[in-house]
Amino acid sequence: MSPTDRAPGGLMREPDPTGRFGDFGGRYVPESLVAACMELEQEFRVAWADPAFHAEFEHILSSYGGRPTPVTECARLSEQLGVRVLLKREDLAHTGSHKLNNVIGQTLLTRRMGKGRVLAETGAGQHGVATATAAALFGLECLVFMGEVDVERQALNVFRMRLLGAEVRTVTSGSRTLKDAVNEALREWVACVETTHYCLGSVMGPHPYPWMVRELQRIVGDEARDQCRQILGGADPDYVVACVGGGSNAAGTFAGFVDTPARLVGVEAAGGAAIGHGVPGVVHGMKSFFLQDEAGQILEAHSISAGLDYPGIGPEHAQLAAAGRAEYPQVGDAEVLEAFQLLSRTEGIIPAFESAHALAWVVREARWAIPAGATVMITLSGRGDKDAAQAMEHLG
Amino acid sequence: MSAAPAGPGLLETALRAGRDAGRKLLVPYFTAGLGDWTEALHAAAGAGADAIEVGIPFSDPVIDGPTIQEASTRALQAGATPDGILDTLARTEPGVPLVAMTYYNVIFRGGHRRIAASLVRAGVSGAIIPDLPLDEVGDWAAAADLAGVETVLLAAPTTPDERLPAICARSRGFVYGVGLMGVTGERATLAASATVMAKRLRAVTDKPVLVGVGVSTPEQAVEVCAEADGVAVGSAVVRRMLDGGGPEGAAELIGSFRAALDRG
Repeated sequence: MSPTDRAPGGLMREPDPTGRFGDFGGRYVPESLVAACMELEQEFRVAWADPAFHAEFEHILSSYGGRPTPVTECARLSEQLGVRVLLKREDLAHTGSHKLNNVIGQTLLTRRMGKGRVLAETGAGQHGVATATAAALFGLECLVFMGEVDVERQALNVFRMRLLGAEVRTVTSGSRTLKDAVNEALREWVACVETTHYCLGSVMGPHPYPWMVRELQRIVGDEARDQCRQILGGADPDYVVACVGGGSNAAGTFAGFVDTPARLVGVEAAGGAAIGHGVPGVVHGMKSFFLQDEAGQILEAHSISAGLDYPGIGPEHAQLAAAGRAEYPQVGDAEVLEAFQLLSRTEGIIPAFESAHALAWVVREARWAIPAGATVMITLSGRGDKDAAQAMEHLG
Repeated sequence: MSAAPAGPGLLETALRAGRDAGRKLLVPYFTAGLGDWTEALHAAAGAGADAIEVGIPFSDPVIDGPTIQEASTRALQAGATPDGILDTLARTEPGVPLVAMTYYNVIFRGGHRRIAASLVRAGVSGAIIPDLPLDEVGDWAAAADLAGVETVLLAAPTTPDERLPAICARSRGFVYGVGLMGVTGERATLAASATVMAKRLRAVTDKPVLVGVGVSTPEQAVEVCAEADGVAVGSAVVRRMLDGGGPEGAAELIGSFRAALDRG
């Protein structure tokens, strides 16, 4: 398949020349960063049209990253819920989540741009660990910003990043979570933009990040579609469900299914529901939905999951919601903890808290809204080892 | 993107007059809502400021370093809001042009036309919005032009040469040259990029060229003004306010910048 054959059609095409998906997106950055964003866009366009780049990207993801990840049919859970549940197993990718796909692509670009250092922000630590891993693999310096609250609740991932040779810098400003880690990463990037690539972790930020990260994550949806068709005798699932913080695993998943009849569902954390409770705004380089007050001050998000503790959402999701192609319901922490235990006990798979949001929605809706016997494909974005200590606090 | 109106506005007229009279321009920055900030504006004007930047605090100020971040946080915790600040400004007449500095979300959320009208009502001549670069400024600039607010654009050391003329053409009031690659904050020495930035801008525009970010001492101001028409001084002034120096402390600092620039 040539790179151009892969481009998704319909709503998930390339953004317009200003980096917009409908009304959302753009490049709202300080002038100091404009040139770097332009350089990155140009570098990505050239690389993404180059079969040699794809070959190397896919080779690393298969020989090092463990791709393709399988789709698992969950017999016991399906029986319990009365719907047919398939899981796309990103928890089985190297480093334990889908995050590696994006990071391998961006570190390849970092090398092409001749830069020797990457910086990243992280919430739950999954993107930080993936970035530290790729940096080690490519021999790059790595600096990761993480909010103080997240450093405390994700101690294992902090240790992993340091073990991999990365510097982890604790952010003590603002809400001391993912939002503030993004702020600090942007501030640092302004100071070192000529030598350092900002390896942004989700489908957010200024153009070209939302588009580029979605394309790098599209491998999740492309694989899942083919795998589901094999399992379902050529049919597509009725529902495709993924959790959404910034929204990278959901965007990658949806890109594979946007042209099918599947209902696309992005599940937000109730305390961080940018589409559910937010209004349009412009923060972190993009126009999208954000939790904010009447004066435009950004509000703190709250979720049991550090990875979903973000008051905004990627602009392409805002467009998918505005167009009615995807829906963005919310689940609360209690439902998430139930789903976390349910999957562990019925299938022997401990999901990340983030992924448990997607699962929690399916568990809730299977009781009354999802027709019995419907097929539901859930992207299990990551594994729950990192959340075990926190789960112990809640579950005893 | 709409073209800038042909004629200079109030802010540019005042700064051009100062420059043409052989004066180096001095524009200090204050965070609105922090301490005795309105008294500080009067004190700054009395100490020789040619215009004053009034920072409307935002929760996520990505181009600001620790000093202005802290000032913004304190002001927000004290209850500062854009409408409240502009209402207060409307009752304050420091006697020099005022330039609002804030982030785009505050304006986007407030509404372009409503905020532009509020700025005019508050006696504010210009606006600096650091996360609204040339390519995105159109919608706001159209509303600002119509209301009579001059939108100052920034140019950075990484801005390619071919982009500078368009930034200068669209910028109103003055052109803000970013002195170094980094966030706002005090620095021990002036970055070499500051004078280079001023020189590059002077080569493509006759609008007043002011340099800010990393200009912390009177000596640094004099150094950069060898090429620039003037300086914007933020963190050093705000630090005085945070440390309890009050309007008098800030005025004393601004006076020392004034004296050094006048000596040349």
